[in-house]
Amino acid sequence: MARVVVDVMLKPEILDPQGQAVAGALPRFGVTGVASVRVGKRIEIEFAGEPDLDQARLIADKLLANPVIEDFTVRVEDSAGATV
Amino acid sequence: MSVVIGVVTFPGSLDDRDAVRAVRRSGATAVRLWHADPALHGVDAVVLPGGFSYGDYLRSGAIARFAPVMETITDAARGGMPLLGICNGFQILCEAHLLPGALVRNEHLHFRNRDQRLRVGSVGSAWTNAFAAGQEIVIPVKNGEGRFVADAKTLDALEAEDRVVARYMGGNPNGSLRDIAGIRNEAGNVVGFMPHPEHAVEELTGPSLDGQGFFASVLKHLTGVRSDAATVAA
Repeated sequence: MARVVVDVMLKPEILDPQGQAVAGALPRFGVTGVASVRVGKRIEIEFAGEPDLDQARLIADKLLANPVIEDFTVRVEDSAGATV
Repeated sequence: MSVVIGVVTFPGSLDDRDAVRAVRRSGATAVRLWHADPALHGVDAVVLPGGFSYGDYLRSGAIARFAPVMETITDAARGGMPLLGICNGFQILCEAHLLPGALVRNEHLHFRNRDQRLRVGSVGSAWTNAFAAGQEIVIPVKNGEGRFVADAKTLDALEAEDRVVARYMGGNPNGSLRDIAGIRNEAGNVVGFMPHPEHAVEELTGPSLDGQGFFASVLKHLTGVRSDAATVAA
């Protein structure tokens, strides 16, 4: 079954303290050389019939992302996980 | 006739009972409103209380915005009904586009719970007209996602139009831009406020009685509106 994947990220100009906290933890297990980390959300939507990108965009714009602080991308993915 | 103020309970609301109590202590009649019931039951004003509506899933306030009661409240607020969003209520008002900007995770990632000094800004709102501009007040804050953000143009407009209702003093608890603790809409009937006025209405439990000013303001506003209407009718 094909699904639609929505990725939601904070806009680049919005501070992401959660990402900073993750980045700050990396040296604790020996990882160095990471300049920055930002945390977002991945939402998977399965439609009853064919995947509907327009509907997915509406869902993302109205509910999944807040356009004041976040950007989103929408894509169709097949069951094997490859982007179509 | 007594002023009637509705307090909404969403799944996950925490401070609805305290808000009801604050409303009653102000001399108004409190009516509990339920998220799934779109009827406003004749209220003159509405308070959206603090808490974690719908578990704060997705983003604070994102799902509450689509609750059946919110559609009616949004329409009424666009028609001038006084509407106060406290903490999670403020987050809901931003998500519902009744107020600009957004509330995001505190800059330092810590939940902040303390008595907070504030300076009152705009007294041109239905919920702050009983204060003096520049007045210092103390109201508790308790939030994990209380950092107000908006683009520079929006922030400039809020300041130019005297729409910042209070700013944090003596240390910004969450990294809120320009120390903003609360804002109002252009008409002044809708206010979003991150600290909790309902926790500062009794000497036994609050750090001050400054929270009473918000409820006294809306009573003053509504009684004024009524006497204007009576004059027009006469």
